[in-house]
Amino acid sequence: MSIWEYANPTRFMQTSGKLLPLVSVLSFACLIVGLVWGFFFTPDDYRQGSTVKIIYLHVPSALMAINAWMMMLVASLIWLVRRHHVSALAAKAAAPVGLAMTLIALITGAIWGEPMWGTYWAWDPRLTSFLILFLFYLGYMALWAAIENPDTAADLTSILCLVGSVFALLSRYAVNFWNQGLHQGASLSLDKEENVADVFYFPLLVSIAGFVLLFLALVLLRTRSEIRLRRASALISRERLS
Amino acid sequence: MPDLGKYADTVLSAYVISIAILIGLVALSVWQSRQSRARLAQIEARRNAAPPR
Repeated sequence: MSIWEYANPTRFMQTSGKLLPLVSVLSFACLIVGLVWGFFFTPDDYRQGSTVKIIYLHVPSALMAINAWMMMLVASLIWLVRRHHVSALAAKAAAPVGLAMTLIALITGAIWGEPMWGTYWAWDPRLTSFLILFLFYLGYMALWAAIENPDTAADLTSILCLVGSVFALLSRYAVNFWNQGLHQGASLSLDKEENVADVFYFPLLVSIAGFVLLFLALVLLRTRSEIRLRRASALISRERLS
Repeated sequence: MPDLGKYADTVLSAYVISIAILIGLVALSVWQSRQSRARLAQIEARRNAAPPR
């Protein structure tokens, strides 16, 4: 069995139809457990006080904002190289989810920044690259909406996605190589020394799992909608021709 | 409800706004899914009802 079988819309609809309920339930469960655990059952931080509870929203949403764009990049490359329509539609479906994640990361960051940094906003490298990523999401969605021919729209949005991936990567790594910013280093790392304390770490991992699964569930749901709409417009075109 | 101290407004506003965005996104996605299903079903029903050419 090859992964390219899922490029067939019928096969994708069958498999995603079976996966979607399971992923949705798991996502809802992880989100509830992660957020309730983080909000109600973790202590205040000795420096940040209770604002540390914002980490359970801010870190997973920021992580998904970047990774959603990376998923769109992979799907766009598949479209450009192999011309599989499902991959182009999956990229289109992921954009509003990524936009919402970026918006949550920006808003929760600003709300947290006011009492901690003394300002809602600073032109810090990570904050600025995140704002540009947000604008790229808007531009990507606007480009899909502006072009009538779906294949041309997929081509042009794929190119835009390649360009935007620079800012997605910059958002991820800006804190590592730009030291003059306000934003602190990563809260999570494969290097255990850099992680937050265990009492915050485990609910954060559950919350991240919830956000990842929610992203997956929404992308599956929205891709299925896009495939149906594409089939509907193909049938209408056929009716007009006959 | 945990004691959020002087940052209660900060923490609660972050949670309320984020959860509202997530609920809005899920509701919009489900609504669009239902719309697309209904539209396709309507077109397919019309095609099936049409006499063969």
